[in-house]
Amino acid sequence: MPVKVGIPRALLYYYYYPLWRTFFEELGAEVVLSSPSTKGVLTEGLKYAVDEVCLPVKLTFGHVLDLAGKVDLIFLPRLISVKKAEYICPKFLGLPDMIRRLAGIPPLIDVNIDRYKSNNDICLAVKEVGRLFTHNHFKIWLAYRRSLKVHRRYFRLLELGLMPAEALAVLKDRVKNEPLPEPEKITVALIGHPYNIHDPYVSMNIIGRLRTLGANVITAECLPEKTAGSYASRLPKKLFWTLGQRMMGAALYYLERPDLSGMIHVAAFGCGPDSMTGELIERRARTMGMPFLSLTLDEHTGEAGVITRLEAFLDMVSWKMAGTVGAIKSSS
Amino acid sequence: MRVTFPHMGNLHISLKAMFQTLGVEVVVPPPCSKRTLSLGSKHGPEFACLPLKLNLGNFIEAYELGADTVVMAGGCGPCRFGYYAQIQQAILKDLGCALQFIVLEPPQRQITELLVKIKQLAGSRSWWKIIQALRFGYRKARLVDEIERVALRSRPREKIPGSTDAAYRQALDLIDCASSWEKLTAAQEKAKEIMDKVAVDFSRQVIKVGVVGEIYTLLEPFSNLYLERHLGGLGVEVHRSIYLSGWVNEHLFHGLAKGMGSGKEARSASYPYLRHFVGGHGQETIGNAVRYARSGYDGIIQVFPFTCMPEIVAESILPDVCKDFGVHYLTFIMDENTGEAGMVTRLEAFTDLLARKKEAKEALSS
Repeated sequence: MPVKVGIPRALLYYYYYPLWRTFFEELGAEVVLSSPSTKGVLTEGLKYAVDEVCLPVKLTFGHVLDLAGKVDLIFLPRLISVKKAEYICPKFLGLPDMIRRLAGIPPLIDVNIDRYKSNNDICLAVKEVGRLFTHNHFKIWLAYRRSLKVHRRYFRLLELGLMPAEALAVLKDRVKNEPLPEPEKITVALIGHPYNIHDPYVSMNIIGRLRTLGANVITAECLPEKTAGSYASRLPKKLFWTLGQRMMGAALYYLERPDLSGMIHVAAFGCGPDSMTGELIERRARTMGMPFLSLTLDEHTGEAGVITRLEAFLDMVSWKMAGTVGAIKSSS
Repeated sequence: MRVTFPHMGNLHISLKAMFQTLGVEVVVPPPCSKRTLSLGSKHGPEFACLPLKLNLGNFIEAYELGADTVVMAGGCGPCRFGYYAQIQQAILKDLGCALQFIVLEPPQRQITELLVKIKQLAGSRSWWKIIQALRFGYRKARLVDEIERVALRSRPREKIPGSTDAAYRQALDLIDCASSWEKLTAAQEKAKEIMDKVAVDFSRQVIKVGVVGEIYTLLEPFSNLYLERHLGGLGVEVHRSIYLSGWVNEHLFHGLAKGMGSGKEARSASYPYLRHFVGGHGQETIGNAVRYARSGYDGIIQVFPFTCMPEIVAESILPDVCKDFGVHYLTFIMDENTGEAGMVTRLEAFTDLLARKKEAKEALSS
């Protein structure tokens, strides 16, 4: 019977799931994904996480507990750094240590993924994980190459404007890309950590709602990493959070795009990097005169309140596009 | 150039000494106060941590006093502190405070990176003079830390309440006023004398508590609502895990000055609870908690600012450490809304608990 490896549907799942899945499957393991986020999953996580950690980490606790009993191993790497001289976030660094304390969970694959000193250091992590399944180095290397290929394909799909859920569906079913829907009049940039905006439970399906309300949604993932990086390098000092840098670069890039009508920043309550990047983005948006909405999510956020704010925001954006707001401003 | 810097406990004493030796004009911001905090939280990002807000308040208040240049430390993550200067600069610019920033980043490869920035500050003064100034400032930091240690020891044992604090302030003033090496040596003797004069009763039974946590909230008494003083008043001997000179030695001098307790031991003690550094002092918090628990302290208090990422990781793990070693712990999270009275109540309850447990333990062992 193949070893069952559980992957929590949380945090960087939205970036690396195709890669992880392919890697483990190539090595002969069976990959089990935790169930989609629900109130039940979150409540379970809230029981065991300290109050101060942010919503996505609390949700991760829930997803790990959801996997308990269903799998032999849980893949929960210590994501220290996925790119040279950058970090993810202190909570990612301590995540395996926070999770390990939970009773009744299967052993963790808590390999250190640390490319802080050199991008090639990833090989160490690959080898370490691969050895759990096979001693054939060539097989490990092959699995890694194949998973990398899938990863690149996934990111190309994201750059086409697909949301992670859609891109995953395309990868899974091996169907041809559906033609993208006709662009709407309003284009809104949704800036936030991938695990906040792409989890329909956490974000209260913000992407779907915006689309229903008649807006195109573009996120930081729709932008090639290089472009985001070059825009982010305009800052006086390089941001040392990979995700923060991507969000910052995307925000700066989108703010200069003439077809952008508004920007929404989504942050989890108490998120450290967001408190800094959000402030910089908001200040920049204000100077550029871009309509800006800042949403803070936590486990208490009421859905109705968010919908009202989204509707009001889109109303404001369309009024501004119709010239009404400008007219009032110039007449007063 | 009129230089100012953020407050962090008694940091201003050494920085002032350093700049004055260099002949750079210094504007010491007014001590952290309610006003500093409300200025900072008004203009700072809502979810930024308390030190950022207090520092911002310091800069605004120093600007009002005529400062035009800010000197502060930087960092390279993953803690937010590394990006403080850039955020504060953006905020101050929007506020119309024309302050120039000189950020001393910890040298990534070699110490020269730091020295270049210092040269920018010092202008045409010779390297010899700069090194002397650095040494002088560092010496003051070590003396101040020594005085703080003595104060922590004598506060719970003082015979006349408040006498330690009076002596402490007097001793700090002496160190602060010394303007040359000779005067500093004299001031050191005098300060030691003053601190020794505090009438203490060493036969008194005191509870020993180790304080761990984030460096700013540990060092700046205003930000921890005078935690150490309150604990001292309750008859608790406090041992603090982080001191200014130790931090400077480790992060700015790369451990150049030997013979000081380094964070290395603390970090290795954190295994197996926290197996990797998490930025800031998260791993040191766990490591020091283990060390305090091993050396028989009665309790551990963790202090950190609201939303501090590394300390949240430590907070999640601290219960395990304390359960394994059978010590009690208490966590204080500081933000602009924290009330002093609430904290004192919790401290009183905590010390009562510790005292009773200690009594029971002694009754059993005797």
